[in-house]
Amino acid sequence: MAKQLKVHVFLVLICGSVLLSNGSVIRPISDAHRSAATELFVPSHDGSFGSLEETYEALRTFQVLGVERSGDKTEGICKTVSEKLSLPDSTTKDIFHALKIKGILGCSTELVDFDGITSRLQYVINDASSLLELYYSLGGLLSIKEQGQNVILSDVHATFQAIKALSQSDGTWRYDTNSPGSSTFAAGIALEALASVVSLAGSDIDQSKIAVVKKDINKLFDRIKRYDDGTLYFDEKNVDPDQYKGPLGTSASVVSGVSALAAVSSEKLNIGGEKISGLAKFFLSIGVPGTTKDFFYQINSLASLESNRVSIPLILSLPATVLSLTSKDQLKAEVTTVFGSPSPPLTVSLLKVLTPDSKEVTHFEKKELEYDQENRIHFLDISNIDVGKYSLIFEVSMNDPELAENYATGGQISVTTFLTGNVKIDKAEIAISDSDASSESVKKLDLSKDSMVSLSANHLQKMRLSLQLKTPLGKSFKPHQLIVKLQHESKVEHLFVPDMSSKQYNLVLNFLGLVEKFYYLSGRYNIELAIGDAVMENSLLWSLGSIELDLPEAPEKAPKPRAQPVDPLSRFGPKEEISHIFRSPEKRPPQELSLGFMGLTLLPLLAFLIGLLRIGVNFKGFPSSAVPASFAVLFHGGIGAVLLLYVLFWLKLDLFTTLKALGFLGVFLLFVGHRTLSYLASTSAKQKTA
Amino acid sequence: MAKATNDAQLLIQSLRKAYAATPTNLKIIDLYVVYAVLTALIQVVYMALVGSFPFNSFLAGILSCVGTAVLAVCLRIQVNKDNKEFKDLPPERAFADFVLCNLVLHLVIMNFMG
Repeated sequence: MAKQLKVHVFLVLICGSVLLSNGSVIRPISDAHRSAATELFVPSHDGSFGSLEETYEALRTFQVLGVERSGDKTEGICKTVSEKLSLPDSTTKDIFHALKIKGILGCSTELVDFDGITSRLQYVINDASSLLELYYSLGGLLSIKEQGQNVILSDVHATFQAIKALSQSDGTWRYDTNSPGSSTFAAGIALEALASVVSLAGSDIDQSKIAVVKKDINKLFDRIKRYDDGTLYFDEKNVDPDQYKGPLGTSASVVSGVSALAAVSSEKLNIGGEKISGLAKFFLSIGVPGTTKDFFYQINSLASLESNRVSIPLILSLPATVLSLTSKDQLKAEVTTVFGSPSPPLTVSLLKVLTPDSKEVTHFEKKELEYDQENRIHFLDISNIDVGKYSLIFEVSMNDPELAENYATGGQISVTTFLTGNVKIDKAEIAISDSDASSESVKKLDLSKDSMVSLSANHLQKMRLSLQLKTPLGKSFKPHQLIVKLQHESKVEHLFVPDMSSKQYNLVLNFLGLVEKFYYLSGRYNIELAIGDAVMENSLLWSLGSIELDLPEAPEKAPKPRAQPVDPLSRFGPKEEISHIFRSPEKRPPQELSLGFMGLTLLPLLAFLIGLLRIGVNFKGFPSSAVPASFAVLFHGGIGAVLLLYVLFWLKLDLFTTLKALGFLGVFLLFVGHRTLSYLASTSAKQKTA
Repeated sequence: MAKATNDAQLLIQSLRKAYAATPTNLKIIDLYVVYAVLTALIQVVYMALVGSFPFNSFLAGILSCVGTAVLAVCLRIQVNKDNKEFKDLPPERAFADFVLCNLVLHLVIMNFMG
């Protein structure tokens, strides 16, 4: 139990340092992402990462993260891409992804029939009523244009209208004119398709059309969802199990669409820095994704946010959220873009420090963090704040006010931190007093000394334990756990919690009332004190000493202590090995004796044969003529065969084989015997009559 | 006392004479019975010496001797011409029975012996 308590205390400390409040720790994209990407996106033997779509996702992720991959078989991928582009029956989706891969890898454009593809895509655009077909074909044409070819969209107005026609009143989009269901994911795709139309049209497009789309975007953003810590994301209202991509996929789609449209629109879209910041936090709060699709969504969306024309999100992150007062840690904060790139000059201020019950720490005033140019870190000395768990409220402001519009700083940012330190134990003492509180024998307890106290008491006395706990700054401290344990020699234990009263902890044990609780067990009790808290760096299990208790005899009906847990290994562990004692074989007689008696058994046979000769046995009755003679011979032979069969049976045959053979022999013997004996009978009858 | 021994000797001699008159085939059968019983006795002596460990083997041996002796006695009864009861039974038939019963007995014995 002591061990369990100790482990529990340290676990509380560990959990405390990792404890997260209602928001997750947000850090910018780092090398952890890059190495995870290298591990997740594993190319197959021909260099591709699966289908064209998966290959595109992998390559785009590596491109954004800046991961240099020397082992890639880009020629293999380029070859596949060229093949797909030259096939007459490739789908628009494949063509779209193939052209995108070409753009990333920079494959050679020699063998590709761009005119053919362009006309095919144009045909699909003119014909299509499905949003996805329009999206893929427009995206394909845009890729071709970006790779240097001359592409002209035939009917800009009609295409724009075709896409716009699928929009719904609440900002979502339908997939085609036939399907009734609409989704936010489709809205993102539609916005990106509209952006492709605008960039393909060049200067032909009428900016008023874009203004109409702006209304749709506003309605879409009205449906944005929010977490408590200011993270924003998009999700579907009606979930279609086939098409649902999850909040990550939906938000990624909307972000791609909106940033594509913002890039081509001449006016600024009124989305607001707060929303951009919230979306950026959402994508970063995922941490390192576990699947390739999630990775692509996260990285692609963050790349769109980083380079968008509305405002670039800046992330404030703390490299360490557990700060130790003993090692004089300073509060450090970093402000970077989502990819960890440096931000323009700015100031970080710590506005408030809030305790867990949302009260402000009173003596704290707004402070600006100092800036370390070399390490690009803002820091602050916090030695005047006591130990505890706090929510720190930061605010970021740009040094150059003109840049404030271009960057989204996220308003007031709340970060949970732990300030840990050593807690001092003061004025600890233990005393035994008589019940009338007349005399007290007090012993002082000191943690630094290794001494153990040794007390004795009977059931008429009381024991008092009192102590004070002080933080490094001298204030009184209330730990999560303060437990006193009394353990009897027979491993029966009792736990008590001291009460707190005006800065001091007091535990009074009146043994008169506790006699029954202690199961009337007299003897030596070990006293242990356990103090634990998340912010206490020196949580401890202190063995104070022992107390010899003299309790009265247990009456008949007294409760017995609970059976103590048995050491599981002794009960369920391996038992001692049983060696099987085989039955000792029976004592056999010496072989010579047995053989001797076997010989002896044959003696009567000899005697029998000699006796037969003495009597005058003859073969006169044996038939002389041929046929009966042969039968007689066969008869005797048959009997001999049966006896031989018996010998074989004893030696090695089994009963079934023997019975089978016996059946045949028996029938034969019966027949032959009958012939012989009837012949003999007839001859003897003839002799009698004759 | 001498008379007692004399009487015994006279008795034995008269028995011998009477026995000599029995037909040969009956004598053969008697000899066979004696042979079987002697064999059984030797086995019993052996068992008394070394203990009855493979008891089934001991029983098999004993019972084969005793069984065949019993069958021989039955054959003697049936073949004996002085026996009125079996007057109509041809001796060959009795012999055939004897052979058959012996074969069955020895099958069982061989099985039991193990």
